Amino acid sequence: MSHAPSPRLVVLAGGLSHERDVSLRSGRRVAEALRTAGLEVTVLDVDQRLLPTLDELTPDLVWPLLHGASGEDGSVRDVLALAGHRVLGTGPQGSRVAWSKPVAKTVVQRAGIRTPAFVTLPQSLFRELGAGQVLEALVRRLGLPLVVKPSKGGSALGVNLVTDTTALPHAMVDCFSYSDTALVEQAVQGTEIAVSVVDTGDGPVALPPVEIVTDGPYDYDARYNPGRTEYFTPARLDPDVVARACEVAVAAHRELGLARLSRTDLVVDADGTPWFLEVNVAPGMTETSLLPQSAEAAGYELPALYRALVEAELRD
Amino acid sequence: MREVACDTDGMTTPPVPARQTSGQPPTSAAAGTRLDPWFGAYAERTHGMRASEIRALFAVANRPEVVSLAGGMPFLAGLPLEQLSELAQRVVATQGLVALQYGSGQGDETLREQICEVMRLEHIEAHPDDVVVTTGSQQALDLVTRVFVDPGDVVVAEAPSYVGALGVFRAYQAEVVHVTMDEHGIVPELLDETLTRLAAQGRRVKLLYLVPNFHNPGGVSLALERRPRVLEIARRHRVLVLEDNPYGLLSFDGDVLPALRSMDDEGVIYLGSFSKTFAPGYRVGWAVAPHAVREKLVLASESAILCPSNASQLAISAYLRTCDWKGQIKVYREQYRERRDATVSALAEYLPEASWTVPTGGFYTWVKLPEGLDARDMLPRAVTARVAYVPGTAFYFDGSGADHMRLSYCYPTPERIREGVRRLAGVVAGEAELVELFGTAHDRPDDEVQVPSPDAS
Repeated sequence: MSHAPSPRLVVLAGGLSHERDVSLRSGRRVAEALRTAGLEVTVLDVDQRLLPTLDELTPDLVWPLLHGASGEDGSVRDVLALAGHRVLGTGPQGSRVAWSKPVAKTVVQRAGIRTPAFVTLPQSLFRELGAGQVLEALVRRLGLPLVVKPSKGGSALGVNLVTDTTALPHAMVDCFSYSDTALVEQAVQGTEIAVSVVDTGDGPVALPPVEIVTDGPYDYDARYNPGRTEYFTPARLDPDVVARACEVAVAAHRELGLARLSRTDLVVDADGTPWFLEVNVAPGMTETSLLPQSAEAAGYELPALYRALVEAELRD
Repeated sequence: MREVACDTDGMTTPPVPARQTSGQPPTSAAAGTRLDPWFGAYAERTHGMRASEIRALFAVANRPEVVSLAGGMPFLAGLPLEQLSELAQRVVATQGLVALQYGSGQGDETLREQICEVMRLEHIEAHPDDVVVTTGSQQALDLVTRVFVDPGDVVVAEAPSYVGALGVFRAYQAEVVHVTMDEHGIVPELLDETLTRLAAQGRRVKLLYLVPNFHNPGGVSLALERRPRVLEIARRHRVLVLEDNPYGLLSFDGDVLPALRSMDDEGVIYLGSFSKTFAPGYRVGWAVAPHAVREKLVLASESAILCPSNASQLAISAYLRTCDWKGQIKVYREQYRERRDATVSALAEYLPEASWTVPTGGFYTWVKLPEGLDARDMLPRAVTARVAYVPGTAFYFDGSGADHMRLSYCYPTPERIREGVRRLAGVVAGEAELVELFGTAHDRPDDEVQVPSPDAS
């Protein structure tokens, strides 16, 4: 490792998305860890002062911890790159692909990864064809239970598990309040796990899968209020199933063109097959988030890991 | 594949221990974590305190791009800051050893005298001994509830009711029973019926909680002629009235209604505050209570906070002594009237399909959405459209009220309010289309209290 002066970093957190709060918390945690690791860190919001402030600070690297909308869809990264800043993590192209759940599912499916059968439905389609008939066709084609989620977005906002056709219309309304396109997929029963992938310079490596057990859906409440959810790291699965899940996460990371870090959410069915649900280019880094839990279970000190990610990015 | 779980070649940090991921007996991970080692230790009342999705959505409300009609922050820009800073300086320079010291649990005596003078504007005759100074009237709410309410006791309140009070009642494990309000405030006949019914059920009703002036969130005031009737009903049912009156002096036409406390000094606990008529940052409010109750409140307050802030009390005392505080209240009234006007005219222009209360004072209007819309479901769409409000569900103990929303006009400028209502109209139209499309009825039960934090603008 070089003994050059410590890199100066800007962490981006906040933004105007539905997940602003989560992003602010992620940003604070990462900034704190990086400072512990001896880096000089400034936390900035994404607003009209951002670009001028970056010009003044001329950081060595910008780490966007933005969740939702422009933070994850690649557009902020585009602009940062345009302004000549080095940015940690997945580039605009990969971000765009991962941000759209249907696109990401299609890409990984082509690579031979199992993902639940799904359809993508814009709100306008329901208007054109009649909502009742579309919903009927949906249930006929995919069966129940179903998961309805915004085609873009995180933190389980607007996501509903539908076990009964009568609950479907409300799930659609909830989903469309967040996004104008819905992803409806078969709900695969099994063990919910999240596999984080990090790349500190020698290619992507999966961290131990975290198994998520909740007394209901793993929704916003279950994610951010400690207590309702119990996490098992590593997941209580057969070693070969764990290995397969890790392979899937790393393969998805590669296929989607992701860089430096990602988190893939999977369900492992009774046969031990991992099903790809979605991937995050800016995984949550809060006190209750999965990537930090997984890293700690793997024996990492978070400050050291985050610093290693920064240094790897600067080396590339 | 090379890059499986345990591949750590060339890591610059402690490597992933191979055993961790390449296979341990499943039993070794049997100990899961809930990320809070104290989860099992919380009191029962704590389990209801949870960060909600709705609360998270309010995180954007403070961004300048968003027109927030959600928070209840007073518009302070008109305060004479230079004068106030000199005042604060003088307090420390001349009374520093008192201002920075512990003080009386009941509150500074001079300030209590001045508070009696303020209350005289609402026809209250009280003695400084009857006054307990608190950290905002919110603390007085907490103290009164602590002193009176056992788990399972009933508090009767208007429907809807102030969300901050519901939170306190919930924390003490009370059950809140709402009584309908109309444009003249709580309906006495329905109050009587409710209290009779509760008595017949053997329920113990400890408090009748009312915000009689410029109700939060209702935007209405309890009519003068109803005031003695409400007091008579409460007396007959032997229920103590808790009169919460932070907005009483902020009447747009300058008419101040006599407080309930001015008509009954034995059956009413009165709560007042400088937060809306001056500045909330000092956190000074008060309670006026019958003498025996006041004793308990002082003891309860001492155990909670020892004493209210002397620095704050002396600053407010100096403000009342040396500044034109009545003139300042007039300035506030004018500002808030202008904002109220902007709100109702924008609603009439952009949202004619909704209905709303036209407040004659205070900070809020209570808007009924067009049929079938759910204010909570609509909030993400509002955030996308850069406008914020509080869904009506926050103001009901049982989480009903989804067909309403509270709009606060206290903080944004009239131009911004118009823009906010314009955006809101787009949100309502979008949601209405969706609801029509899917024919959804909205009956999701939910007993969460969902509010922005107090510093939301």
